Amino acid sequence: MMKRIELEEVQQTLNTFLHKDIYIHLETTNGAYASHFNESINVGVFIRNANVFCTQGKIVKDKAHYRVGLKTKNGWIYAEGLTHWEIYEDKQLLMAGHDTEGRLLVALQLSETPFK
Amino acid sequence: MNKEKHVVVIYPHPDDESFGAAGTITQFRKQGVPVTYLCGTLGEMGRNMGNPIIANRETVPEIRKKELINACKLLDIDLHLLGYRDKTLEFEDVTEVALHIKSLLEKLQPSLVITHYPDHAVHPDHNALGRAAIEAVRLMDENLRPTVWAQAITNTAYEDLGKPDIVYDVEPYFDQKMAAIQAHKTQASGILSGFKRKDKSNESLREIALERLGKEAFYIWDFKS
Ligand SMILES: [Zn+2]
Repeated sequence: MMKRIELEEVQQTLNTFLHKDIYIHLETTNGAYASHFNESINVGVFIRNANVFCTQGKIVKDKAHYRVGLKTKNGWIYAEGLTHWEIYEDKQLLMAGHDTEGRLLVALQLSETPFK
Repeated sequence: MNKEKHVVVIYPHPDDESFGAAGTITQFRKQGVPVTYLCGTLGEMGRNMGNPIIANRETVPEIRKKELINACKLLDIDLHLLGYRDKTLEFEDVTEVALHIKSLLEKLQPSLVITHYPDHAVHPDHNALGRAAIEAVRLMDENLRPTVWAQAITNTAYEDLGKPDIVYDVEPYFDQKMAAIQAHKTQASGILSGFKRKDKSNESLREIALERLGKEAFYIWDFKS
């Protein structure tokens, strides 16, 4: 079950994914109906099972939301607006940001094995 | 209206059948017409996680599959999953998807197919699967082709396409429609509250739904032009 982020716990879990090959799922979306209901445009991106090697990983609090930055061998991975987390099936670190209606806005997930 | 032999509904997401056609489906089932839903994906990338949040990105497919099975039970229809992935349908090969659907239609032999109207169905998956479904029927032997009802859901559908050929006022079946929508527990409230208008903040979800979803309209696809 996704629960509110606890900075210390998430940081400790992040540390276990450093210095090894891992898979990430990174996503952000404002929904496929954003431009249907108002004037905005649909914005979304996802990458699933990108294989990366992280040397540093840090979670930072900003008011009610959190940011996570992962330093990889050749670059960076970044997510903003995270509110919830969960260790899924004992091994995958799921982090996500939701709006007040429970709609997912952003997700960053780490796993040592590919996501299904 | 002639009595249909078998109706096949082809939409990409668990919940499209309930939001889009639950009233029409209920009417066919009342007439004893078998209805089969070919559901394209499991809505794996859906962003409604329930309110309060009960799903996550990894559990969404299983949860939505269960919700879909419940909705299909309520609607009393058969379900067949096509096995594609949410948000990716438009990047699949259209002919491949069409041949997949065609093989199923040849087995089911429907007299009527209901799907989305390509380019007029808002979500890229709706447009892509509608296109593939229509292509599937076009590839069938002309004598075996079912009628196709295409559903347009853009805000400008009437201006763009003219008046739909079939408009069902589904208010008599609206309790069944609401029950089917609410079987999609993680989706229903998030989507229905998206319909809410600022000037009418005390409307109930049922009122909002009746206003937005009380009519189900379709265009009969013309394979000749
Ligand atoms: Zn849909």
